[in-house]
Amino acid sequence: MHLVVTFFALYRERAGLRQLALELPDGGTVTDLTDTIRQRFPNLAPPDVKIVVAVNAEYADPDLALHEGDEVCLIPPVSGG
Amino acid sequence: MIGITHEPLNPEQITNQVRQDGNGAVVTFLGTTRDSFEGKRVLKLDYEAYEEMALKKMAEIQQEICAEFGIADIAIVHRIGPVDIGQISLVVAVASPHRKEAFYACHKVVDRVKEIVPIWKKEVFEDGSRWVACEDHEFTHPEPAVLNTDND
Repeated sequence: MHLVVTFFALYRERAGLRQLALELPDGGTVTDLTDTIRQRFPNLAPPDVKIVVAVNAEYADPDLALHEGDEVCLIPPVSGG
Repeated sequence: MIGITHEPLNPEQITNQVRQDGNGAVVTFLGTTRDSFEGKRVLKLDYEAYEEMALKKMAEIQQEICAEFGIADIAIVHRIGPVDIGQISLVVAVASPHRKEAFYACHKVVDRVKEIVPIWKKEVFEDGSRWVACEDHEFTHPEPAVLNTDND
């Protein structure tokens, strides 16, 4: 499936881009996505830190299956206020 | 009232949104931009948001805290983009028939905003910058302090 992944804040700066087009096998999950992202950007987050993902503007569980056309965003630790 | 804006915030106007004749208490929290981090001078802050999701999460917090405290009037407005030192970046206004619920609910709304709303702030120094909460702890998610609402 074809996905467009959006990076925010710290992740945007560390990756050096705001959006990335990505191919993932059909049936791929959030964990498959973050594994692919980590391979491509090893310095994005420490290995022991979970990369939080939002799918269609909602926090997603690691085992959630992704679908073509999903709005996928990487969410670094938030710091509003 | 829920909002995200690039413009300066007007706390009085936002507070007026929650005032009703049935409410005897109004608590307004202002989050303001601090001028230092560990002794270093901060020149300004830069806020970034995933706006669609941030608005959704702010509305969820509004509903969640209204239900928890049995109240009806909460306003949450966040400013994003560049914000100079000493300016208001967040306004939370809560009104309730009696004061206790307004104090507790306001505190909890602010904690929840900092916990789940996808907004990020960057402190800009003379010689660099840092994303708050990202690079300092390398990503710990401490639980927010839980308010004890049983004690008066």
